[in-house]
Parts: sequence; structure tokens; C-alpha cells
Amino acid sequence: MAEWIDACATNDIDEEDLIRFDHGDRTFAIYRSPNDEFFCTDGLCTHEQVHLEDGLVMDYVIECPKHNGQFDYRTGEAKRAPVCVNLGTYPVKVEGDRVFVEI
Amino acid sequence: MSSSKSRMAGIVIIGAGECGIRAAFAARDAGYEGAITVVGDEQALPYERPPLSKPDASGVVEKPITSPEILSVKAIHLKCGVSATAIDRNAQVVSLSDGGSLSYDKLLLATGARPRTLTCPGGDGAQVLRTIEDANAIYAAAENATKVVIVGGGLIGLELAAELRTRGLQVTVVEAGPRPLGRNVPERLATRLAAKHHEEGVSILCGVHIASCTDRGVELEDGRFLQADLVIAAVGVVPNDALAGSTGLTVENGIWVDDQLMTDDPLIYAAGDCATVRASEGIYRRYETWQNAQAQGEVAGRNLAGGDVRFDVPVWFWSDQYDLGLQGVGDTSGNPTVIRALGDGVEILFFLDGVGALVGAAGLGRGNAVAKDIKIAQRLIGARVDAVLLSDPAQNLKKMLTAA
Repeated sequence: MAEWIDACATNDIDEEDLIRFDHGDRTFAIYRSPNDEFFCTDGLCTHEQVHLEDGLVMDYVIECPKHNGQFDYRTGEAKRAPVCVNLGTYPVKVEGDRVFVEI
Repeated sequence: MSSSKSRMAGIVIIGAGECGIRAAFAARDAGYEGAITVVGDEQALPYERPPLSKPDASGVVEKPITSPEILSVKAIHLKCGVSATAIDRNAQVVSLSDGGSLSYDKLLLATGARPRTLTCPGGDGAQVLRTIEDANAIYAAAENATKVVIVGGGLIGLELAAELRTRGLQVTVVEAGPRPLGRNVPERLATRLAAKHHEEGVSILCGVHIASCTDRGVELEDGRFLQADLVIAAVGVVPNDALAGSTGLTVENGIWVDDQLMTDDPLIYAAGDCATVRASEGIYRRYETWQNAQAQGEVAGRNLAGGDVRFDVPVWFWSDQYDLGLQGVGDTSGNPTVIRALGDGVEILFFLDGVGALVGAAGLGRGNAVAKDIKIAQRLIGARVDAVLLSDPAQNLKKMLTAA
């Protein structure tokens, strides 16, 4: 059953960047867009299970640190080879200066 | 579109590796509606080669590039286990090893490269690493081996050294040049990687040449004998350009193509490891990286479909050895202009030209610690950059992207 989890503070994440968030035995990536919106996806790239935390965020795209696969982190959509499987995405809400994810 | 489209012979791609498959998808995604046939001489469905030197506990990971379902959706016809034996350029027909033939409107040669073999007596007994069969043979032999000699201290040689050392083998790397990774890794980073190998117990001998190989080991020209129950040759690759040469295309260390990857024959393109690409007036370059196979495959595919895309993507590579990740992009020859030290052994070297424009960068650090800065560097290549900013670890390099 998914529940809202207090994941981090808004200013834990730089604008147009991401952080890793681990919960239980699962790992996620939480993004802050250039327009100050927050999003959450699975943490591991669908290509070779590399964590996206060291990847580069440009606009609404996260590029995997290892093989340069790209995803739209708003929808999880795979955008560039070698990735062809989408990332899971999770609802996010901001309350005050806290970021909550529903996982 | 060319008038030959009405013949409907379609696009034929020789080579079903990373490059050939990417080209097929790129042609289709560019709107090409004719037949696309990819011919590959390996039996396996197209797979990625990088994981071959990085097996997991259960062995080599066979990582497919695509699936029969996706190929079917894209109407890409794949013939596995078949090689091209001849090209008749007048008739626009490729002859195949199974006795068949394929007519083409446009042809792509994505024939790749093959491992260079050792020329010394007994050298053909050394294992090489290129295919999934090669990889399986190496790790199977390693199961029963205690001592391995790896001839060649390049990226493949050192990745295998790290892997086999981690499995507990005694590993000696024999390098003919004065230092390991001399061809494509900046000396400062190569030195650190060599030190890491030394710390892990790998012996790297430089400036030595081998005289012969036997089933007991390797004899060096200076008379020393290195005992080994597994000998691996990792001394580079040679491009598969004989087919192109035999049909009269210009071939010299690869198939010569212009910056749109077109050969002397406007109906024939070449891309990937087998292609030597015009970089600027009189300068031709051949690249052997996974990313280049992808990038050139995409350019070739779009041009096969009628596009006029130039190849100008900076070459990028990575290597994983132990817990260290190396990445490089662009031209990293010569001395670095700027060193960006991020702590914990993470450093990025930047290479600037005479007017202060970035030409390349290379970084080494734990895991993927250098990935973000290398990606930013890739986007900054060709732009003038502030050396002081680059060297300041407190500065987020991303700011330079908006400024550039």
C-alpha cells in the first residue's frame, strides 16, 4: 500500500538536479526542475541498474551517468538509446519546505 | 529522395552490432518506408559488447541491443549467422555466405573490427575478447587457472586484469609501450589506474615484448619466462574493411568516408569501428568506442534514409576497473590545461586549445563520480571556457552551459 513519505527538504535538491532517496529496500530519485517543481522516479536506470543519482539533469531530462540513456523524469519515458524501458514514477507533493513522495 | 527508391530494394546493412542496429532504427525513425535488412555473421541476436569484460557472479551477462518483437514492429529484417562475401556495385547486389544475395538502394558497411592477434610463435593460441563466445571461453578457462598473462595494457587488457584479479587469479600484464593506457588515457590518470592495479596485486611490465607463447606461459624477448595457464591477447583491433577494399572503395586502416559517412560510392556508407571518417581537411580518424558505434550508426541511418547529417559528435568512452570509473570525451592528448580536484581522489582534467576553447576532458574517481562533469564537458566542447572556474571545485560547472 503506497503511503506519503517525508523524503527531504526542498532545498536539499539544487534547481535542475536530483538526489537519491532510499526507503526500506527500495531506492528512488527525486528531482527539482528548473521551474521549481518536484518529481520522483525509480532510482535505477532500466538499462543496467545504475543509480541515476550521479546523472546530469538538463531541463526535464535525466541522463544516466553510465551509458547516457535519457528519461523524461516527469513521465519516466525512455528518450534515448540504450534505454528502451520507462522508469516508474511516483506522486510528489510539497508541504512547507518538505517534499513528500507517495511510494 | 533518389530515383532509385522506386526499385524498392531498400537499405541493406552489413553488420548487426551496436552500429548496424542503431542505423536500422535511425533510418526507420527518420521516416524511411522501404525494406531494411540487417545481416550479421554472429549467431546470437544483437548484443552489447561492453558487458563482456564486466561479468557478474554468474558469468557473462548477455545484454541484447533489441528484441525480435521490436525489430518486427519496426519492420527491420535481421539475418543472423550470415556474412557478406562480395559487393557488386554496378548491379547493387550483396552476395551472402548462405548462397543468397540482397539487392540494395543504399548499403551500410558496419562490419566492425576484429581483435589483432599475436604474431609471435604460438601467438594464435592466446585468447582474445570480442564476442560473447570469447568472453565465455575466458571466464571458463579462468575457473581452472591460477596464473594469467594479459598481453596489452590498454583498456580491455586492464579491465580484464581487474576482473580476473578480483576472481583471485595472479595477473601479469605485459605492455610493449612505456606505460599502460598510452594510447587514449591521459598519463596522470593512467598512472593512478596503474597504481591501483599494483595495490590490488597485479603486476604490470612495460617496455617488454613477447618472443613466444606456449601452453605453459609466455617467453619474453629479454629471456624471462612468465608462467601462465591462461594467456590473453588484448593488443587492439583491426577494422573489417576487406569487403569494402575488394569492391574498390578506398580503404586504409578502415573504410574512408566523408563527414556524412559516405564512401567514394554515394550509395554506400560505412560507420562504427570499421569507418575512417574525415575530421577536417586531410585528417581522417577512426574510433573504436561503443558510443561512437551508436553515434555514427545514427548519423548513417538518417543519411541512408535521405538525410544530410554530418558526424561531429565528440568521442566519449568509459572504463570501470575495481571501484574506479574513468570517463573521457573529445581530444585528451597532450598535457591538461586545468585540473579540477573534487576530493576523495575524484579529479577531472580539462584540455583547452590555444584560444581557450575546450577540446576534451577526462576524469577518474570512485564509481560514477566524474560522470556529471564529463557530460557537462561534452556539451562545452568547442566553447571558450574560464580555466579559473573549471579549477574551482566549489563552482557548479552547469552554470557554464548557459553562459557558453
